[in-house]
Amino acid sequence: MSWLKNWTWPTRLRDKGIVGMNRRNIRYIGRYNARRLYPLVDDKLKTKLLAQQYGITTPELIGTVTTQFGVKHMSDMLDGHQGFVVKPAKGSGGKGILVIEKVENGLFYKPSGASLTMEDIERHVSNLLSGLYSLGGSPDVAVIETLINFDESLLEYTYEGVPDIRVIVFKGYPVMAMMRLSTAASDGKANLHQGAVGVGLNIATGAALRGVQFDRPCYSHPDTGHDLASLVVPQWETLLHLAAGCYEMTGLGYLGTDMVLDRKHGPMLLELNARPGLAIQMTNGEGLRRRLDLIERQPDNVPVAKRVAFAQHHFARKSELVDNPDTPSATA
Amino acid sequence: MSRLPFYFIVGLLLLVGIVASVHRHLQFEIPWFPGEQRQVWEIEAVINFNAQNGPVQVDLALPSHQAGFRVLTENTASSGYGLAYQADELGRQAQWTIREAAGSQQLYYSVQMLVSPDSRAPIQTPPGIPAVTPWESPYDTAASQLIDRAWDRSANNATFARELILDINGERQGENARLLLTQMQPSALIVRLLNQAGVQAREVSGLLLEDGRRRQTLSSWIQVFDQTAEEWTLFNPATGEQGQPENLLLWETGGRAVLEVQGGTNSRVSFSMLTHYQPASAAVRNHYSDDTLLNFSIHSLPLEEQALFQTILLIPIGALVVVFLRVLVGVKTSGTFMPVLIALAFIQTTLLTGLIGFLLIVAVGLIIRNYLSYLNLLLVARVSAVIITVIAIISIFTVLAYRMGLSAGLTVTFFPMIILAWTIERMSILWEEEGPKQVLVQGGGSLLTAVLAFLAMNNPWVRHITFNFLGVQLILMAFILLLGNYTGYRLLELRRFKPITEDEKPS
Repeated sequence: MSWLKNWTWPTRLRDKGIVGMNRRNIRYIGRYNARRLYPLVDDKLKTKLLAQQYGITTPELIGTVTTQFGVKHMSDMLDGHQGFVVKPAKGSGGKGILVIEKVENGLFYKPSGASLTMEDIERHVSNLLSGLYSLGGSPDVAVIETLINFDESLLEYTYEGVPDIRVIVFKGYPVMAMMRLSTAASDGKANLHQGAVGVGLNIATGAALRGVQFDRPCYSHPDTGHDLASLVVPQWETLLHLAAGCYEMTGLGYLGTDMVLDRKHGPMLLELNARPGLAIQMTNGEGLRRRLDLIERQPDNVPVAKRVAFAQHHFARKSELVDNPDTPSATA
Repeated sequence: MSRLPFYFIVGLLLLVGIVASVHRHLQFEIPWFPGEQRQVWEIEAVINFNAQNGPVQVDLALPSHQAGFRVLTENTASSGYGLAYQADELGRQAQWTIREAAGSQQLYYSVQMLVSPDSRAPIQTPPGIPAVTPWESPYDTAASQLIDRAWDRSANNATFARELILDINGERQGENARLLLTQMQPSALIVRLLNQAGVQAREVSGLLLEDGRRRQTLSSWIQVFDQTAEEWTLFNPATGEQGQPENLLLWETGGRAVLEVQGGTNSRVSFSMLTHYQPASAAVRNHYSDDTLLNFSIHSLPLEEQALFQTILLIPIGALVVVFLRVLVGVKTSGTFMPVLIALAFIQTTLLTGLIGFLLIVAVGLIIRNYLSYLNLLLVARVSAVIITVIAIISIFTVLAYRMGLSAGLTVTFFPMIILAWTIERMSILWEEEGPKQVLVQGGGSLLTAVLAFLAMNNPWVRHITFNFLGVQLILMAFILLLGNYTGYRLLELRRFKPITEDEKPS
């Protein structure tokens, strides 16, 4: 019966308040996310323009490439920029994102140190336009943004890539948060299933609760060796306000917001996701169910500041990374 | 938001589905299980011709009771035509007549043949040898040499016929045979030579029965009268094989034309067929009740369409398997309903051949697609190139299989090529982005789903139920709606979220 070791009972998951894929799709995404609002988040360019309207900071836009003809003129656009990021406007799961850290002697360097020529970048954009990375293979637009100079205080916690912070916003309340730290195993990408470290964050303070790599607990970054317990996200309150504000901006009730911390501009909105994954429960060591149930009982039309304060009060937890491991305090 | 209307619809679907099925079971005595039944072939002949603004007479030869088959019922559909059945010692015929007809005409004849292994052919007297028209020179010498050679190597009428067929159609085909074949069709030539040698023989037309086939034509066979046994024996004119294949229905045995049309041009007849099982009692009694609303079913459609529906009605079963595996188990597949299409192909190819063919095509396709990615093509062009590649791979495999004598390999053409091309494209992108492990996970998931869908769709009981009880479709619909409402955990999530539950254990 050794193979049964890796399996658990549905009742135990329910006791833990774990939300499964089916429940997420029917109860939360199906009920709170109107289909007509999806284009706002599925198209990164639209999200970006909308965010500017609502005063939500995003990385600066260098330009867009919309036609294969425009690919040839890209070099003029990139002239003078030291680092930039090329993204497909309709990409998903981080596919097709090309990060260039520096430009030297006409060669473009990725964070991994690999160099690309202008031709390589043109080919990437050309593929991107024809829909290689977009949902359903439809023709796409390339969005080129300035590189984020991410906050030095988080530098030790990551390998190559930019650490991003995912906050699940339910009906405008931030309910759960995690930070995704790229590792050598994840090839600089912040995708948990590729081996990035996920760190659950305390909604009250932005401090680390628990680290997870490949679904297993982890206490320090596997490449930099830095202790995760000391991780605290600076400007946490601003970040939560920004994330919560995305509810008014999009109207989507169940939203995944991806944020980054820039050295100069503070927290920034990177992208939104109308179908956020469930791995955040693993990194927090807690199910979403109780928190979502609590929020569902709250009235509508509460201002952002009140919602953030409510979440910080009710969803506070003690870290599992500090010396005295504690079971999560009751939340509801 | 009330779920009441939803459960009402599901309940209604279930109720109507069950009532319709039970009604069909009671009214038509169709059993729930396919066992203890008689096999019935429904065969439909469609005659097409262009009438020439005048009187038209159409004669169609009809099948009779014979070894292995019995005629149950027959029907015709021909608006405005007069119809008469005729029978003589050479066989039965249907004769349609009309005073004036113009344009394209279609006449239908359908017959139900009961498979009964005990059935014997009616006693037939040999027709006597028809007057042999003499050959002109130089054909006369060629003919007599052929007859002499075969005569020397044979002991009786049957072996003589076999030797003659091999000399004319087999590997031994010589100059004499080739010369005579410029004058006549092979089977007509064989019969003429047999008659010339004083052996009673005739050319007959038969229909090879295969379930769900459409637009079939009759094939030519040769009967030789065995003097000692006093019965006709059948020969395949292509191979010289003796004996009647089990699935061969003799359509015309009098040596006459199958179809004769006076007053029309471009006439042809084609056949569709379908097999189904009826309880022994019902098969004999046969009921075609009047067209009431409750009899409103696909079983009142022409056979050609029914054969199509037999497959179409299985697709919901495949869809149910996919929904089950994705919603309750959480299996990842590449393309949601791609596995159902692959499973449909498996039905044609059989499972093992299908699996090998699928893996070969996708593997070779992935290698070639890998090269295409270096060419830096636009997406639509690249997928089109993959489609052509898939067609090329399938052609090569088919030819190779044929050369190696593996007739099973010929069935790979049943694979949906565009779906395969997209599968290859998606797998290739997956490989580049997520690595080979994900390709194995999703490819394996797709194949597992396809195999399970195939096993469900190919099950004789499932085929029996879906084709005979249309109410089952409503029940399937209700199940799928219910599954679409399931908010519980998927089976694989019990594994995925296991690490969270571990913390609660006191350590």
